[in-house]
Amino acid sequence: MVDALHFEFMRNAVMAGVLASVICGVIGTLIVVNRLVFLSGGIAHSAYGGVGLAFFLGLPYMVGAVGFSFLAAMLMASVSIKSKQRADTIIGVIWAMGMASGVLLLDITPGYNVDLMSYLFGSILSVPGSELITMAIIGGLILLTILYYFQDLLIMSYDEEFALVRGVPVKRLYYLLIGIVAVTVVMVVQVVGLILVIALLTIPPYISEKYTKSLFQMMMLSCLLGTLFTVGGLWASYVFDLTSGAAIIFCAGIAFFLSLIIDRFVTLWRKKMMARAHQEELYATEKQNK
Amino acid sequence: MNPPVIDIHDLCFSYSGKEVLHEINLSVNKKDFIAVIGPNGGGKTTLLKLVLGLLKPTRGNILLNGKPLGSNNATIGYVPQQINHNLSFPATALDIVLMGKYRPEKRFAFTSSKQDRRDAIDALEQIGIADFAHRKITDLSGGQRQRILIARALVNKPELLVLDEPTANIDTKGQEDFYNLLQSLNKTQTIFMVSHDLLSISSYAKSIACINKRLYCHQSFSSSQELLNAFYACSALEMVSTPQVNIPEYSNG
Repeated sequence: MVDALHFEFMRNAVMAGVLASVICGVIGTLIVVNRLVFLSGGIAHSAYGGVGLAFFLGLPYMVGAVGFSFLAAMLMASVSIKSKQRADTIIGVIWAMGMASGVLLLDITPGYNVDLMSYLFGSILSVPGSELITMAIIGGLILLTILYYFQDLLIMSYDEEFALVRGVPVKRLYYLLIGIVAVTVVMVVQVVGLILVIALLTIPPYISEKYTKSLFQMMMLSCLLGTLFTVGGLWASYVFDLTSGAAIIFCAGIAFFLSLIIDRFVTLWRKKMMARAHQEELYATEKQNK
Repeated sequence: MNPPVIDIHDLCFSYSGKEVLHEINLSVNKKDFIAVIGPNGGGKTTLLKLVLGLLKPTRGNILLNGKPLGSNNATIGYVPQQINHNLSFPATALDIVLMGKYRPEKRFAFTSSKQDRRDAIDALEQIGIADFAHRKITDLSGGQRQRILIARALVNKPELLVLDEPTANIDTKGQEDFYNLLQSLNKTQTIFMVSHDLLSISSYAKSIACINKRLYCHQSFSSSQELLNAFYACSALEMVSTPQVNIPEYSNG
């Protein structure tokens, strides 16, 4: 791995991976506790419409994708506030429409067709230095916003109704959060691709949630786990010559199932200890009675 | 004389063209323990949400201590019905109680002040669950979580405690403990509770209000027997004035 870092593209890839992991750790935590996973999936896929739009109009990728996803995200946010019961259906529709419009826009764009795969599975190995700086700036702004509203987001995430009663601007925060999710998703899509972005957003927070005692700790552990997964995945992709995005997600997936298995053993062990303690108590009382 | 804690004037509320509450006039005095009862869909929860400021009245107004709603959030402590939502949320009992200490101007805040922590521990002690302060909410029982939510409501020392069907999710033993707790809180706090639990109301509440679109009766009582009698009279009135069973209309064909 160390000798791989002699290559500039590898250094950039690691830095992009770490940046994406940190942002995903913080935003992914909020996505998981607010149950926005499906909505984030919708945003990620409608980002493809933005890719198509960017190519059609000859705009840079970030501008097209952020603009398109942001609009789709706001639409989904307003739907999920107004008709909670059927929000998932409508999000599914926007999800598919976004994807389809991306394909159609690329169809009618003259000239060569872009490599669809690089947007589906990411192109972390070809992230240029300039993009890294943009990512760092946007990521920094996102983190600052989240930290600024931390207390409000914490209360809203746990209990929306109580938050309203205490005067938290829930509706504004909800739109803000979903807007931030849109920007995050577009940024991370470059690293792991739009199909796999959900995994990087949800797996680290899901694992962290079980082992931490506060939202802040959960965010920190998620950042750490995400970094481990991306760096591990990059290493594997370098050593075994594999697709980097898929390798990263595979790392995260293995950790996910490992954590499930470990949990299972921990509960079994706890049960066993309980049963033993109970048994010993019984013996003790029996002895006393004799 | 002090103004009543809750003062509701000519309150009407319609939701998507249907009138849910009609001309409600109700005042709740200090240290009252009022139980709001009525059939499902009769507007109990709507009234509670109006008092909390979660809904805006179509007509009429609600005063809290003589002042309009919204200017005095801290004087209301709200205990929701749902105690099992967001169970795996990573937070300790203390964290949940500290949420009651929310101040809108607090930014970049990850930790709470020492004073807030002391208040939160005090609230947990008052409810008798200070031992669980540092346990995760996932590891607690339903009754304990209910108490945490009460502690969260009490942490600001509110004058008014608003509860929405608080015993819907706890067992019989838990309910008894819970009502004893409410009774002791009632020595200093006014309690406004929506409930279905008629038996408990008859032995713990000081007054009842029957709501079914209109306010059918609102009486205070000195003994539980008196309350029980009035309650039966009231529910009978309710049944006479509104058909309990709606017979659906079938179209021919």
